[in-house]
Amino acid sequence: MNHLFPSGWEQFLIGGFSIGIGVSLMFVATGRVVGLSSFFSSSLSWFSKLPFLQQPSLVDSRVWRLACALGLIIGAMLWAHYFNPAIYLSNGISPLQLLIGGTLVGFGSRLSNGCTSGHGICGISSLSLPSLVAVMIFMGFAIATALIMSLLNGGLL
Amino acid sequence: MKSLMNLIIMLIGGAFFGFGLAESGMVSPRVVLQFLTLKDFGLLLVMGGAIAVTLLFYQLTPRLLRKPLLDGSFDKRVLELDSKVIIGSALFGIGWGISGICPGPAIAALGIGNFEVIWTLIGIFLGAYLQALWASRNSKQCLA
Repeated sequence: MNHLFPSGWEQFLIGGFSIGIGVSLMFVATGRVVGLSSFFSSSLSWFSKLPFLQQPSLVDSRVWRLACALGLIIGAMLWAHYFNPAIYLSNGISPLQLLIGGTLVGFGSRLSNGCTSGHGICGISSLSLPSLVAVMIFMGFAIATALIMSLLNGGLL
Repeated sequence: MKSLMNLIIMLIGGAFFGFGLAESGMVSPRVVLQFLTLKDFGLLLVMGGAIAVTLLFYQLTPRLLRKPLLDGSFDKRVLELDSKVIIGSALFGIGWGISGICPGPAIAALGIGNFEVIWTLIGIFLGAYLQALWASRNSKQCLA
């Protein structure tokens, strides 16, 4: 067990359950299947007249997607209020890496219609085969990329 | 009144989500990259725990309730497996491997005060905009 989970396992499982409770609450109360990458497109619809961004599914959902994003921040703030966030504040990678990675994350997740939450949590829980394929592809590429990056950085990570 | 309740639910649901992302360390690129470089398999427990709960509610609720508690209907996630899903997922994976941050944690990281992750947030908005630009141009070509 210890070599698989050198930093313990409880926080991961509790965190996962909490995420599942949030996603389930939104579904039971409103019927919505909520992935988080759509928030970025739906919020852009306030600022851009691009036809893709003005599609009803994005414009009609932008207010509640914003509410959900605010909730994410509040939930993380609550956690930081009760526990010590210091261990999660040093990132160990450069801002440029964060920016370039983020741009690919934004483009890719919007192109494929989902991210770790949309395909990973919601898609698999909906027993969607395309989402399962998406998860296997992005996990594979993410692991390969991270291993290559860590080799290039001299295995610092 | 109903639409206000709706927003409050999204806020509370989001808060559970954000709390979980912080508790599990997903808000830290360092923790995520430990997983992606196969040094710590904890993120499998995060995904597994989240899916175990969600699967139960996604599958049972529509069988037990005729409609969601606050009205409306239960969404079905319909998606076709096409080249966009495959290419998009590959690009997303590469970006996730570079930055260690995916869309949910990019937002939640603000809540724990990891403000460096704003770079990723800017990147995701930029990427989402480029995708919209690309998609809008493509659909115009289809119409013409």
